[in-house]
Parts: sequence; C-alpha cells; structure tokens
Amino acid sequence: MSDRSKSERKLGWMLCAPAVFAMVLVTAYPIGYALVLSLQELDLRFPDDGGFVGLANYEAVLTSSLWWQDFFNTTFITIISVALELTLGMIIALVMHKAIFGRGTVRTSVLIPYGIVTVVAAFAWQFAFQPDTGFVNQLPFIADDKAWFGERFSSFAVIIMAEVWKTTPFMALLLLAGLVTIDGGVYEAAKVDGASAWQRFWKITLPLMKPAVLVALLFRTLDAFRIFDNIFIMTGGAQDTESVSILGYNQLIERLNLGLGSAVSVLIFLSVFLIAFIFIKGFGVKMNEGRPGS
Amino acid sequence: MESHNGRERALWSAGIVLIILFSLIPVLWIVSISFKAPDTITAGDSLLTRFFPQEFTLDNYSSLFEGGLDSPLLAPLINSIGIALIATTIAIVLAAFAAYAIARLDFPGKALVLAGALAIAMFPPISTVGPLFDMWRALGLYDTWVGLIIPYLTFALPLAIYTLVAFFREIPWDLEQAAQVDGATPFQAFRKVIVPLAAPGVFTAAILVFIFCWNDFVFAISLTSSDSSRTVPAAIAFFTGDSQFTAPTGNIAAAASLVTVPIIIFVLIFQRRIVAGLTAGAVKG
Repeated sequence: MSDRSKSERKLGWMLCAPAVFAMVLVTAYPIGYALVLSLQELDLRFPDDGGFVGLANYEAVLTSSLWWQDFFNTTFITIISVALELTLGMIIALVMHKAIFGRGTVRTSVLIPYGIVTVVAAFAWQFAFQPDTGFVNQLPFIADDKAWFGERFSSFAVIIMAEVWKTTPFMALLLLAGLVTIDGGVYEAAKVDGASAWQRFWKITLPLMKPAVLVALLFRTLDAFRIFDNIFIMTGGAQDTESVSILGYNQLIERLNLGLGSAVSVLIFLSVFLIAFIFIKGFGVKMNEGRPGS
Repeated sequence: MESHNGRERALWSAGIVLIILFSLIPVLWIVSISFKAPDTITAGDSLLTRFFPQEFTLDNYSSLFEGGLDSPLLAPLINSIGIALIATTIAIVLAAFAAYAIARLDFPGKALVLAGALAIAMFPPISTVGPLFDMWRALGLYDTWVGLIIPYLTFALPLAIYTLVAFFREIPWDLEQAAQVDGATPFQAFRKVIVPLAAPGVFTAAILVFIFCWNDFVFAISLTSSDSSRTVPAAIAFFTGDSQFTAPTGNIAAAASLVTVPIIIFVLIFQRRIVAGLTAGAVKG
C-alpha cells in the first residue's frame, strides 16, 4: 500500500471518528442500557424494591392483553396509512411529473405539510373534527353531531388521515425523483405499440420504479410504526387507540416503571428491526438506496 | 381535439386545486381559530361561519406573552429556537467532516458508516427515552437544554450526513487543484473555491435538520418538566385554560400559528433547495 492511500485512509477515519463516536454514544449506549434496565425490577415509585429479575418483565408485557392490543393498533395504523400514502403519493408524483402547468405550485403546497410541526397539525385536525369547535361535521353527508373521538375506529380514521396528510409529500417527492429517471423513449415505444395509459403505468412505470417504491415503503413503514404525536394529542390513547410507543411512554414517564417500560422499548426496537429484516430479506430492498428524512 | 384538451386542462386544474386545498386547510384553519374570540370558538352553524372568525381578536396572542418569561410561550419559544439551533450546528459540523471524508476519500469502512447512520435514523425514539430519563436524572441533565440537544443528535446526525454526502458528491473537486495550479495556497483554494460551492448544500442540510429538531415531541415531553427547557410542541400540549371550564383552544391555536407560519415562509423561500435536499438521497455507499 502506498503512503498516499495509507494517509488517505487515516484521514478518512479521523474525519469520520467524531460523528461515529457521537452516534454510538447517543444511540447504541442508551439501547444497551435499556436492555440492562429491562432485566430488572425498577419502579421509581418503589425505589427499595428491585434487582435482577431475568425475563420477567418481558413475560409480563407479552402476556398482557394491552401490549397485543396496542401492537394491533400500531400495525393497523401503519398498514393503512402507508398504503394510502403510497397511492396518494404516486398520484401526486404523476400529477407533478406530467403537469401541463402548475407543477411549481403543487410542489410548493405539498412542502407545507412537511414543514409543519406534527403536534400543531394534530391539534388542527383535532379541533376540525371536534363536534363543538370543528367544521368537518358541517360538511355535506356528515352528521352534525358525529363524535369522531367517541369511538375506536372513527378515531383511527382521523389519526390515519392526519398521518397521511403529514407524510404523503415526502413519499410524493421520493417517487417523483424516481419517475424523472425513467427514459421517456420507453413510453413512446409503448404508445406506438398501442399500450393504453393504464397499461403503460402497470407494465412500465411501476416495474421500473420498484426499487424506489420499496425503499420508500420501508422507510415510511418504519417511521409509521413509531407513531406517537398524533395519538398523544388527539385521543391520548382513549377508546383503545394507544400505540406501542404511547404504551412505552406511559410505563416509563407516567408510571416511572423503568423495568417494564424498558422491556416495552426493547420490544418496539425488535419489532422495527424485524420489519426492516423482512423488507430486506423478503423483498430484496437495497438499504443503500435509501435515505433518512421521512 | 380542442375539447379534449380543454377537458384535460380542467381535470388537471381540479386536481391541482384539490392538492393545494388539502395541504393548506389545516394551516388556514389553525390561523383562523387563533383570531376567534374565546366565547365564539363554538359559534356558527354553517361550514363558513364555523371556519372563519365571527368576531376578530388578538387576545389569544397577547395572553401568550403576558408576564414576560413566566408567560406561557416566551420561555418555550426561546428554548425551541436555542435547542434546535445548537443541535443543528453540532450535527452539521460533525457531519460535514464525515461527509467530506465519505464523498472524497477512499477508505475501508465508509459504507459501514453510512449504513450505520441509516440504521440509527430508523431507531424508534421511545427506545432510548427510558435509559436517557434514568441517566439524565443521575447526571443532572434532566430538564436542561443539553439533555435535549444530545438525544436530538440521534436523528440530526444521520440526516445531516446523508444530505451532505449527496451534495458533496456533486462538487467538482478538481477546481480546487486547478486553483492551486493557478498559484492559490491550499487554504485559499479551499476557502475561495470549495466553500462557496459547498455552502448551499450545507445550508440545505441545516434547514432540514432544524425542521426535525423543531418538530420533536417524544424527547421534549419525556425529558423536560418545566419551562426551563420545555420546547414549544411540549408546552402547547400542556397548556391549561384560564379556568377549569375553559379549554385553551384559542391559545393553542395562536401558539401553533406562531411556530408554524415562520417555518412555512422559510420552507417556501427555500423550496427548491429543500426538494433537492430531500431527494438527493439514493447514496450508494
């Protein structure tokens, strides 16, 4: 190895070291510590009790109906909202791509949800759907006294809508970035061969965009699975709408049960890991084509 | 053919108007509530009278700042701005070194750094909240600025590294050597040639990271307990009404508008860069 490449190697490591060190310190260490906490009985309201309890916390969480209900809620919200985001995101991306006019205007307006604080949007939607302050019930075909947050699945509907509203722009921009890389000549050839617009979309656009779509799906799924803000603001988990992240927060911060709460945290972490694993092994998603930012 | 074109245009227009309306409505709505007099918040029985204020007032805003630093919003606003700015600065500086190395130098392990950053960006924040809560109480960092800045790096660093690597890869680094051939010192070449080329990318990455810090809620409600470090999203969530019979709807709407409108203006001014920053991903390690 030449001196030059040796010094380049050294310089590369040196420049990366601070960022890598900081990332390990702020994530790997707390995750490791969560693992340690999850094996202990540690309830700050009863500081005298405690000690190593093995997997008892995990057993308590995994045998509780609350965990499984919250797990169902989180999975349900994740699947429905990601499916809607993909569909709407694709439509918006196609509109922006093919736009005869107004492309800039659409791009500007879809960036607005991206820039808004999730908590602010959650309040806006909550006020809009509340029968006493809102305007949604004044829309045609909706009962004036419909109590959206009085029932489980109508609450989910509002929560999912808020999620979709906030994150579809990111999906649309990623898909648009994939769309513009497709060579226009392919479409012309298909047109000449008599393919309809619908056929062109299913037989050309979608297959060519598959890698971009899968990566976007993976990142949105992982992000949707940690849903917290919208539920916390809109229902606070009432009407059985709690997500696993809300469950973790309630155990850790509200009830100060660090042992049980850490077990919940670790299980959430493992779930996210499992989702990523399924996407990468099952669908062949290439992680190096992704990027954070959803 | 003519009528077909006309119909197509009408369809596009309808689609575009729909997208714009749907993006804008929550913002218009929260701003509209913020101007409603408290006792008229539930007034109106048609769509328009419910949506727009019947009685216009600025009280919701002025009461947010009554009492200076003890007011409901001033301290959280300072906390939000300060914490987000510091976290963004630290993340951008650390990430710029790493991104420079990854984009320009050849060394084993750089794919691993990128993959690791991506994995960390996908961490559920709640997974680190418990241990941080426990450690921060022991170290005296609970309910402090530092106690929030550190966890913000978990999402700020990966985002900054990815965005900067993507931008740095586009820089024509040969210009640096060309300048040196023309007689510039290495430092001059860097400062006069590379810095101006890199600045837009660094700025874009900073905007994205700032928006993410500004948006955080999980860490902000878990690791703070008072106005000494509570950020705006957390403070709004804990607003209380003037009495137990009045909901703080108007105040929440006013505070929400105050933290939303400047960001939106900012996003609109720099929209081209933000779109570039958001889609300049697809980094091949």
